[in-house]
Amino acid sequence: MPRAIRRGPRYVKGKRSLLAPSPPGPLLAIRPETLLHPRPEGLYCPPGDFHIDPLRPVARALITHAHSDHARPGHGHVLATRETLDIMRIRLGEGFCASEQAIPFGESLTHGGVRISFHPAGHVLGSAQIALEWQGCRIVVSGDYKRRPDPTAEPFALQTCDVFVTEATFGLPVFRHPDPRDEAGRLLASLARFPERTHLIGAYSLGKAQRMIRLLRDCGHDAPILLHGALEKVTQYYEARGIMLGPLEPVAGSKGHDRAGQIVLCPPSALADRWSRRFADPVTAVASGWMRIRARARQRGAEIPMVISDHADWPELQQTILDTGAGEIWVTHGQEDALVHWCQQRGLAARPLRLVGYGEEEAA
Amino acid sequence: MNRFAALIEALAFEPRRLAKLTLMEEYFRSVPDPDRGYCLAALCGVLNLPTAKPALLRQLISERTDPVLFALSYDYVGDLSETIALLWPAPSGDPMRDIPIGTIVETLRRASRREVPGLVAGWLDTLEERGRWALLKLMTGGLRIGVSASLAKHALARFGQTEAAAIEEIWHGLEPPYASLFAWLEGRGGRPDPGQALTFRSPMLAHPVEDEDFDRLDPREFSAEWKWDGIRVQAAGRLRGNAAEIRLFSRSGDDITAAFPDLAGALHFDGVIDGELVVLEGETVAPFSAVQQRLNRKSVSARLMAEFPAHLIAYDCLFAGEEDLRALPLDARQGRLEMLVADHGGRLRPSPALAFESWADLAAQRAQSAGHPAIEGVMLKRLASPYLAGRPKGHWYKWKRDPGLVDCVLMYAQRGHGKRSSYYSDFTFGVWDGDRLVPVGKAYFGFSDAELIELDRFVRQNTTNRFGPVREVVHDARTGLVLEIAFEGLQASTRHKSGIAMRFPRIHRIRWDKPPGEADRLTTLQSALARASVPSGAPDA
Repeated sequence: MPRAIRRGPRYVKGKRSLLAPSPPGPLLAIRPETLLHPRPEGLYCPPGDFHIDPLRPVARALITHAHSDHARPGHGHVLATRETLDIMRIRLGEGFCASEQAIPFGESLTHGGVRISFHPAGHVLGSAQIALEWQGCRIVVSGDYKRRPDPTAEPFALQTCDVFVTEATFGLPVFRHPDPRDEAGRLLASLARFPERTHLIGAYSLGKAQRMIRLLRDCGHDAPILLHGALEKVTQYYEARGIMLGPLEPVAGSKGHDRAGQIVLCPPSALADRWSRRFADPVTAVASGWMRIRARARQRGAEIPMVISDHADWPELQQTILDTGAGEIWVTHGQEDALVHWCQQRGLAARPLRLVGYGEEEAA
Repeated sequence: MNRFAALIEALAFEPRRLAKLTLMEEYFRSVPDPDRGYCLAALCGVLNLPTAKPALLRQLISERTDPVLFALSYDYVGDLSETIALLWPAPSGDPMRDIPIGTIVETLRRASRREVPGLVAGWLDTLEERGRWALLKLMTGGLRIGVSASLAKHALARFGQTEAAAIEEIWHGLEPPYASLFAWLEGRGGRPDPGQALTFRSPMLAHPVEDEDFDRLDPREFSAEWKWDGIRVQAAGRLRGNAAEIRLFSRSGDDITAAFPDLAGALHFDGVIDGELVVLEGETVAPFSAVQQRLNRKSVSARLMAEFPAHLIAYDCLFAGEEDLRALPLDARQGRLEMLVADHGGRLRPSPALAFESWADLAAQRAQSAGHPAIEGVMLKRLASPYLAGRPKGHWYKWKRDPGLVDCVLMYAQRGHGKRSSYYSDFTFGVWDGDRLVPVGKAYFGFSDAELIELDRFVRQNTTNRFGPVREVVHDARTGLVLEIAFEGLQASTRHKSGIAMRFPRIHRIRWDKPPGEADRLTTLQSALARASVPSGAPDA
């Protein structure tokens, strides 16, 4: 990771440092705000007359991924990847929008003179970054993203651009996600140590839960994993898309005495719910990037906090911003102050968009 | 450091006592000397290091991070050690290496003050995050992971398949990293000889007496004395010529001599005495709040010692000189105690025996003591009882005065831990001050499992607000839940909005029938507190 975060802009004689500000790019013919700007209902593109991940129902919406804070019901026409549309239907029901249109990764279409393309974001299955090009200006909206390997999501595909619109969920230098295999290893060690206890993992129902299952399989756990009812449909969809998750069983159908020594996955909210009382003496684990902060882990009642995140950590945010070559950075949601400060220290134009409403599904 | 870090992190997140014991036992089994010994010392809070002050750590991190990013991070994380551990820029290239806790402790002990910053920075560069966090916790003192010294020794006893008492008896003669102790526990060596060290012996504890017990207990076989509201201490002394070496141990075996130099300096005997540490105001035993002024201090000022002079009310004798008296009956030990402290000065008082003919007679005396704020009740001890470690049945009884009772209104509830993690089982309650409720305490026991389910249901159905794991429940004059709270005493407190703190509050009864408007008022507690603070006609020590 870049170390020299304490220093201001600096130039290394003879070669361009990774951390030095980019040389000014070609002057843009337009102000990027004419292509995309925030409105109370979300990011809006005037020439195309559409929104990206709008927070309220709109006529035309481009959706980066199917988490409920980004993918809300009630829009007129929705453009998204096949996976995102399918998962929206599973979670929101038929009729979640008036009409839908699927777009494959990497292909582009033009609407109102704006060239639109979707590129893998690596966040969850089907998650995309959305690139907009218009009059020589290219803006990429990252949605939520991560760059680490995850067999349950299409790998992040870097896009160069003039303006990079980034998330900052973990936009503080204290967030450096460890190797997820080590985190899963601690859970499996506990399972070996307390074989008579049920191991209950709280994980977000879309993305994290399926990644967690795959991770446990990759760490050698072959036994059936039990699923809370809220996870079943999305998990079945992942399997239908060819992601091998091994033997899975619904909690509802399993016998009480079988659950000792088994792994059960549920949404984080179910950990504190009466639902969790059916298990004998459970060990509570939580898989989330927030588990990095011990006070938050304790607040959640986690006995095994697993720092496993589907968002970019601080070094990934920095690296991605530099890799896009963008001269201007807009920060949508999260810990935007620190990331904006860091960009400005590097001579990048950066500003927070202060969009209210993102991050809610995963904070729940 | 990684093994130690993994252990203390697991302990910090583990609410169950048994699981904590398992974790520690496993650590002692799998980690070699001297690392496990230093870990044990850290768990017991007796690992003394040339402390790296928070100022040094702040300086080290400020040399390495942007001040704005540090401030934002610290604000978010809230804990200095953790913020630094998370923020510390790991040098790229060098693979992270583990450094055993033993190497760190021994190096720090040898290092000069000038060398410490460089050493610490070097280790932080080398360790991974968990290791950095553990190192910083170790250096800033106080792990705060919910493990007491006695729990750690308990785990050690399980590891060595022996009794915790057997470890306690030699503990204070040993030093970290306790190689001889581990050798003995693993059967590779003999039991370490504490030699001339003054050590702690596990104390004998009493059972609460139940009403039906009195039918089968013969008053002629018992002695009775006041149960003082101080702290249980064991004083170990040795005479060398005219000088006395004295150590004071708490009930759990912590050496608390440094907090009570006035008492330790005034004691002069050869043996081991069991008693109650109290503060005297003139010749009257002061309430517990006076003793509390003296607790948890590393050093103590002359003013504090003059204002709250510590005394020992002695009630038993375990050793006279080198002679172990514990197998003797109580009356014989008390005779030896009198001989041992016969010519002792005023800081040590024998516990006066209460004369009584019958249980009814004693009950009357116990009731009369109600006005005395430092008397919790009466102790009953079988005259024939040997001194046995732990809580043996049938020998000693505590007969506490009936608790105070007050009707409070449930205000907030928080989820419990472990088995109770899905139940709202920690309750904050208040009394009326004018037309609003002020919180006066918190209780998390006193109810049955069936009542817990009902309380949990009430909380879930009457939530008006949520703050993280805490729920606010409806509490106005007409709707809400009245809890009858039992408590052992009241203290003035500046930390509570109500100005009053309760000792040992628990839920005595759930008053489903009572409207909240009829719960007690703050003035009721205030006048009870005022009565308790003015000792009148109270027995002297």
